[in-house]
Amino acid sequence: MSTITTTLYQRRWLIFTVVAIIGFTLFTGEFKEAQTTAILASTLRQSTPLLLGALCGMLGERSGVINIGIEGQMLMSAFTGFMVAAETQNLLLGVLAGIATGMLMGASLAGLSVSLQGDQIIAGTVLNIAALGVTSFFFQQGYTLPGKTPMIDLWFLSDIPVLGRVFFSNRPITYLSLLLVPTVWYALFRTTWGLRTRAVGEHPSAAETVGISVAKMRYLNLILGGAIAGLAGAYLSLEAVGSFERNMTNGKGFVALAVMIFGRWNPVGAWGAALLFGYTNAIQTQFQFRGWFTDHPQFVGMIPFVVTIIVLAGVVGRARPPAAIGQPYSRE
Amino acid sequence: MNENQTTPAIEAISVTKRFGPIVANENVSFRVEKGQIHALLGENGAGKSTLVNILFGLYHADQGEIYIAGEKVEMNSPHDAIDRHIGMVHQHFQLVPVLSVTENIVLGHEPTKKRGILDLEKAYAEVEALGKRYGLEVDPRAIVEDLPIGTQQRVEILRSLYRKADVLILDEPTAVLTPQETDHLLEVLRGLAAEGVAIIFITHKLREVMAVADHVTVMRRGKVVGAIDPSETDQAGLAEMMVGRSVVLRIAKGEAKAGAPVLTIDSLSALDDRAQTAVDGLCLTVHAGEIFGIAGVEGNGQRELVEAITGLRKTISGSIMLEDTELAGSSPREISEQGVAHVPEDREKHGLVGPHSVADNLVLNRYFKAPFARRGIRQTGAINAEAQKLVDQYDVRTASINSPVRTLSGGNKQKVIAARELSQNAKLLVAAQPTRGIDVGSIEFVHQQLVDQRDDGIAVLLVSAELDEIMSLSDRIGVIYQGRLVAIGKAEDFTRNQIGQLMASGSTDA
Ligand SMILES: Nc1ncnc2c1ncn2[C@@H]1O[C@H](COP(=O)(O)OP(=O)(O)OP(=O)(O)O)[C@@H](O)[C@H]1O
Ligand SMILES: [Mg+2]
Repeated sequence: MSTITTTLYQRRWLIFTVVAIIGFTLFTGEFKEAQTTAILASTLRQSTPLLLGALCGMLGERSGVINIGIEGQMLMSAFTGFMVAAETQNLLLGVLAGIATGMLMGASLAGLSVSLQGDQIIAGTVLNIAALGVTSFFFQQGYTLPGKTPMIDLWFLSDIPVLGRVFFSNRPITYLSLLLVPTVWYALFRTTWGLRTRAVGEHPSAAETVGISVAKMRYLNLILGGAIAGLAGAYLSLEAVGSFERNMTNGKGFVALAVMIFGRWNPVGAWGAALLFGYTNAIQTQFQFRGWFTDHPQFVGMIPFVVTIIVLAGVVGRARPPAAIGQPYSRE
Repeated sequence: MNENQTTPAIEAISVTKRFGPIVANENVSFRVEKGQIHALLGENGAGKSTLVNILFGLYHADQGEIYIAGEKVEMNSPHDAIDRHIGMVHQHFQLVPVLSVTENIVLGHEPTKKRGILDLEKAYAEVEALGKRYGLEVDPRAIVEDLPIGTQQRVEILRSLYRKADVLILDEPTAVLTPQETDHLLEVLRGLAAEGVAIIFITHKLREVMAVADHVTVMRRGKVVGAIDPSETDQAGLAEMMVGRSVVLRIAKGEAKAGAPVLTIDSLSALDDRAQTAVDGLCLTVHAGEIFGIAGVEGNGQRELVEAITGLRKTISGSIMLEDTELAGSSPREISEQGVAHVPEDREKHGLVGPHSVADNLVLNRYFKAPFARRGIRQTGAINAEAQKLVDQYDVRTASINSPVRTLSGGNKQKVIAARELSQNAKLLVAAQPTRGIDVGSIEFVHQQLVDQRDDGIAVLLVSAELDEIMSLSDRIGVIYQGRLVAIGKAEDFTRNQIGQLMASGSTDA
C-alpha cells in the first residue's frame, strides 16, 4: 500500500467523522449559508470556555497535579472580572482582574497540594466550594457593564463565506483562546519549560536528579493554568453573557476536564474535543429551535452523548495520562 | 594523612543519617582524591546509596559535614550538587520512560536556539557524538521505555557524562551490563580518572573492584569498617571484609539427578515490544531436578522468552508445555497456579508493589489463598508469620515487615522477591537475573537455594547475563542468539571461551 493510502486508512475514523459532521451540519442548516454559519459560530462560542478550562487542566496535569478546581477558578474569575469591570466601567481591567484571580487560585491549589502535600482532589474541591460560596454570598444584583467585549472583524478574512464569518469575526478572548492552542502546544513540546514540565509530570524524582525543582515547576504550571482558567471566567461574564449569574459556570470546569482527557492531554486534541462538545450543544439548540422531533424531545437530548461516545470510541482510542499525577512528591 | 597531600575532590566527615529507627549512615567519613577511582563496597543495606545520595544532595544528612574541593558546602538539592560539577548514575534508573533518549540526556541542561526554545537537532547530534566518543552508542531518538534495561543503563551513564563532572558517582552501574559492556565502561572510567575526575564506584562485583579501583572503602550496617588498596588483597579478602565472615564465591554442588521433562518448549515464537521477532522458533526442554542455564548477550530474546513462559507476553506460535498442560495463552495467575515460580528481571516493574508492605509483597503470589485469606478475608496473622519467617531466613534488612518495600535497599528488594518465589512449592522455577544487585554473601545464599530447589526435584530455568553464574550453577547450558538456542549441551562440555563466542556470533567457528 502506498503511504497515502495507509495514512488515509489509519485516519479513517477521523475522516469519516469530519465528513459525517459536515454533511450533518449542512443538513441541519438546511443547506443555507446563514443557518450553517449560525450553527458553526455557536459551536465555537460553546467550545471556548471548555477549551480554556482544558488548557488550564492540561498544564497542571502535565506537571503532575490534578486540578479539579477549574470550575471554581472559572466561577471566581467570572465574578471578580465582572465586579471590577462594573466598578471601573473598564472591560480590560475586568479581564485582567479575572486572570489575576485565576492565578491566585492556581497558587492556592499549589500551596495546598505541593507545599502542604495535601490530597490534590480535596484541594481542588476546596477551591470549588470556596468559589461557589464566596460568589453567591457577595454577589448583588444591580451592577451593569459598559457592554460586552467588542466584536472585531479581521479585515477581508471575515468576508469569506461561512468559515470566515465563524473564525474571523469574533471577540478578543475568543481570538486569544484560538491563539493559545498552538502556543501551548509549542510551549509543551518545543521549549525547555515544556520538556521539564513533562518530565516532572511523568517522573518527578528523575527531574529532581537533573537539578529541576519539582515544586517550582508545579507552582509555575498551576499559576499559568490559573491565568487561562481566569480568562475562561472573564469570557463567561464579560464576553459571552455580559453579566454575572450565580453558578454561571454550571459544570463547564468539569466538562473541561473531560475535554482534556479526550484530547489526550494535547492542546490540539483538546481543541478538537472542545469543538465536538460545543457542536453537539449547538446542534441540539438548532433542533429545538426548528421544532424537529418535538414529539420525541428525549432523542434530541441524547444527541450530544451519542455523538460523543461514537466519536471517542472511534477516534480517540487509548490515552495514557502523565504517570505521576495525583501523587505529592517528596524526596526522601 | 599529612598537610602536603592534595585537597580531596570530595570529602564527607562524620555523616549520620537516620530513616526513622534505621541508622543508614553512622559517623561515616569518606574522602576521594582527584583522579582516583574509589570503590565503595558493602552488603545490601550497608548504606552505600544513602551516603552517595547525601553527597549528591538528594538526602540531607542529620549530622556531619561535606567538603568539595576543600570548601565546606551545604547541599539542599541535586541542583546544588550539579552546580558544583558532581554527576551521578543512580542505582534506580532516573529516566523518564516516555521521553526519548536525547530528551532524557539533555533534560535540565538543554541546548537552546533562542531563550527557552529547544534545539532538538543539536541535542540529537550531541548525544550521538557523545555515544561515539565513549563507545556507548544508543539511538538518540528511541523512546526510553522501549529499550532493554542494559541500554537504559547506558543512557544513564551517558547522561552523567553529558555534563562534564569533576566528581562522578556511579551507584551499581554495572548491575545490568553484559561483561563486554562492563569492561568497556571500566575503560571509560580509567580514561576519565586520567583526566582528573574523581570517581566513586559502587558495585557488588569484586572482579570489577580488583580491575579498576585505586582504593576501596568497605561499609557494613551503616558504618565504615575498613579501607584498603586492592593491590593489598584479593576477592576473597574483600568479600570477608564486607560480610565479616569468609564467603564461598563458588558453591559446591553434586551431580544432578535429572528426571522427567517438566518444561517442554517447541518452536516457540514471540515478538518484542517493537513487534520484531524476538523469540524465533525456539525449542528447549528442562527436566525435573536440573538447572538449565540460558547464556546470551542481552537483547537476544531472553526477556521475551521468560515473559512468554510466565504469561506476561503473547506468543505467536509454538507450544509451552508444563508436564502435560499447555501454558501458552494462559494468564500469569493461571500459570503461577500451575506451579511456575518467577523471579523477574525488572524487579521494580514486575516484582514488587512499591508502596505496599514487605509482608504483603512476600505473599504477593498467594495472598488470595489459604492460609493467607479465608473466604476473601485476609488473615493478617498468617501473613505476618510467614513474612517474618522469610525475612529471617533470607536475612532481608528492613525496619519491620510493615515498612513499604519501596524503602528497602536495592539488594534487599531482590531478596524479597527471591524469598517469595523460592519458598513456594513450584514445579518449575524461572529465575531471570536472580542475583542482580545483591551482595556476595547473599549471592552465596541464593545460589545455594537454587541448588537445593534442584535437589528437591524442581526444574530450574536460569537466565543470567553473568557468565560465571551460568557456568557455576547450570547442569546444562543453552546459548541464545537472535531468538534461537544455537547450542545446547552439558555444562562441562563448554569452555568459557566457546560460550563467549557463541554468545557474540552464534557459532564457534570464527
Ligand atoms: N527512603 C528511605 N526510607 C526509609 N529507609 C531507607 C530509605 N532509603 C534507605 N533506607 C534504609 O537505609 C538502609 C541503607 O540503604 P541503602 O540504600 O543506602 O543501602 P545500600 O548499601 O545502597 O544497599 P544495596 O547494595 O542493596 O543497594 C537500608 O536499611 C534501607 O532500608
Ligand atoms: Mg544501593
